[in-house]
Amino acid sequence: MPSLFEKIWGSHVVVPETDDTPAVLYIDLHLLHEVTTPQAFDVLRARGLRVRRPERCLATLDHSTPTVPVKTLKELEIVSEPSAAKQVRQMEQNCKDFGIELHGYGSRDRGIVHVMGPELGATHPGATIVCGDSHTSTHGAFGALAFGIGTTEVGHVLATQCLLQRRPKTLAINVTGQLPADVTAKDLILKIIGTIGVGGGTGYVLEYRGEAIRALSMEQRMTVCNMSIEAGARAGLVAPDDTTYEYMAGRPLAPQGAAWDAALKRWRALPSDSDAEFDKEVEIDVSKMRPMVTFGTNPGMVIPIDAAVPSDGDPAFRKALAYMQVEAGKPMLGKPVDVVFIGSCTNGRLSDIREAARVLRGRRVADRVRLLVVPGSAAVKRQAEAEGLDEVVRAAGGEWREPGCSMCIGMNGDTVPSGKLAVSTSNRNFEGRQGAGARTVLASPVTAAAAAIKGAIADPRELVS
Amino acid sequence: MEPIREIRSKTLVLPNDDIDTDQIIPARFLTTTTRQGLGKNLFNDWRYDKDGRERPEFVLNKPENRGSKVLVAGNNFGCGSSREHAPWALLDFGIRAVVSTEIADIFRANSLKNGLLPVIVDKETHRWLLGNPGADVVVDLETTTLLANGRRVPFPIDRFSRYCLMNGIDQLGFLLEQNEAIARYEREHA
Ligand code: SF4
Repeated sequence: MPSLFEKIWGSHVVVPETDDTPAVLYIDLHLLHEVTTPQAFDVLRARGLRVRRPERCLATLDHSTPTVPVKTLKELEIVSEPSAAKQVRQMEQNCKDFGIELHGYGSRDRGIVHVMGPELGATHPGATIVCGDSHTSTHGAFGALAFGIGTTEVGHVLATQCLLQRRPKTLAINVTGQLPADVTAKDLILKIIGTIGVGGGTGYVLEYRGEAIRALSMEQRMTVCNMSIEAGARAGLVAPDDTTYEYMAGRPLAPQGAAWDAALKRWRALPSDSDAEFDKEVEIDVSKMRPMVTFGTNPGMVIPIDAAVPSDGDPAFRKALAYMQVEAGKPMLGKPVDVVFIGSCTNGRLSDIREAARVLRGRRVADRVRLLVVPGSAAVKRQAEAEGLDEVVRAAGGEWREPGCSMCIGMNGDTVPSGKLAVSTSNRNFEGRQGAGARTVLASPVTAAAAAIKGAIADPRELVS
Repeated sequence: MEPIREIRSKTLVLPNDDIDTDQIIPARFLTTTTRQGLGKNLFNDWRYDKDGRERPEFVLNKPENRGSKVLVAGNNFGCGSSREHAPWALLDFGIRAVVSTEIADIFRANSLKNGLLPVIVDKETHRWLLGNPGADVVVDLETTTLLANGRRVPFPIDRFSRYCLMNGIDQLGFLLEQNEAIARYEREHA
């Protein structure tokens, strides 16, 4: 009877909820980064508290950390904004003071927190995972209940390893049909958000189901779960299966030996029972899908690449079009592009960079375009370089950077100038997200790479054979 | 935290739907290590022009709106990132309650922990509020109602959060008291 969500929730309740009090929920893994934690550590200091389970914390530097190639923290400070450099230093101090291992600057493992965790094998099926970051939903790709929290709650988890939570509702997203070739996981999640709306998942945990989901690799499932929050859902889940276990086996923080066998047995019991009930279900057929691009200022304002921008009399809709300088009734195809960003926790993994390289190889980025390719982690960077993908990017005229959030958030020195149009593989096209006045079109790595080559929004299917 | 019973104020209206946390406080102001001082950058890119001058036509800048404590906003307010800097910025500016037809999950949770009241109302009340900027309203936590246009409209709020807000209790204290149960859970799941 129980769904995947219900099984995870049920096994982590320390104190059940009542009308008067929320449930006390145990947290297995707490991810930390420099931007949303300093005030939480201050609360611990002020109240004389210690971190209850430092070994359940995994910390890194990603958000305000520059991605220009420098070797040492000292050099990093020279290229950083003073306030950003202070955050980085404070993170180091906080981790040291409270006994938390930090995968800091120069670490072989450092990366965007949601790229690094799975890569190290820290993300386990059936676990509860939180982070002061809304894209924690990424880890749901492994069948973990993973969601973003605020800084006050970061303090709660540090001090007690628990959170006070009301049980969310469940929403099954049944994805039917097979994704056409050259339509990616990014296109799929954009389509889902466009269908249910940016508030459609509010109050729910999503479970992505169906054959199109089962056919996805782990990296693709992460892309899908990553953007659950863009549909308003704090968490999105994919049931674990052999694809999951193959990905995890042998990773440093995955269980090993007999513990692995025992874990596998537990994990195999996690998927929703066939008669599981959800509070709501939505069906989406993807067999006729085309690559998707956004045209407005939230991720739900999205169309197939060869469609025309819709019209709507709503003032907010018109304001969004005016901000984006796009016209209703006209296609996005052919719109001149100034910046292309390939990276982020949505699309900064090895397979994403390989996909982009398929388009870039042997071609040149259009003169008007700045192309920035930013690996999601130090490990992604090493692997990509071992395959010569950095050379493909450079030979095409693009920049190859150090790992970090980079232009996804524009708080680390990498920004899109005001008024310029960026095609970005990140997850938010909000006004100014990539820099004050920046205009963002969200797309997949192949669509982004195609835009870099053509100097305009282009159908990637014309460039990949 | 100061106990909260009721908030009386004129409203300030931002009718747009889906106002995200990047609008409330743009990311470039998050390189801070404290909670204070974010109010000056609240809605920064809507509020100031390129040279940092206030745009006189923006609601927050209008003299008649100074001191308003209740923000009425379009549907799905606070979507986007988990940054608690969003409620911190609103509070630092002087906003004590946000009224909408829907408020994003993480933003709502963050607000409740900082004494910013998320007030969810029906479409009809919302439409009236959007159409009557500057209206006098009372957000009454005791009765969990919003008094507007001479009518009392109930709003939903988690009982525990309400109790904490009305008594100025912070939730960490409550969690710390669960130590025994947490330790038991850890022993059983070691
Ligand atoms: S890459 Fe972007 S969305 Fe992902 S964690 Fe970094 S800032 Fe957040």
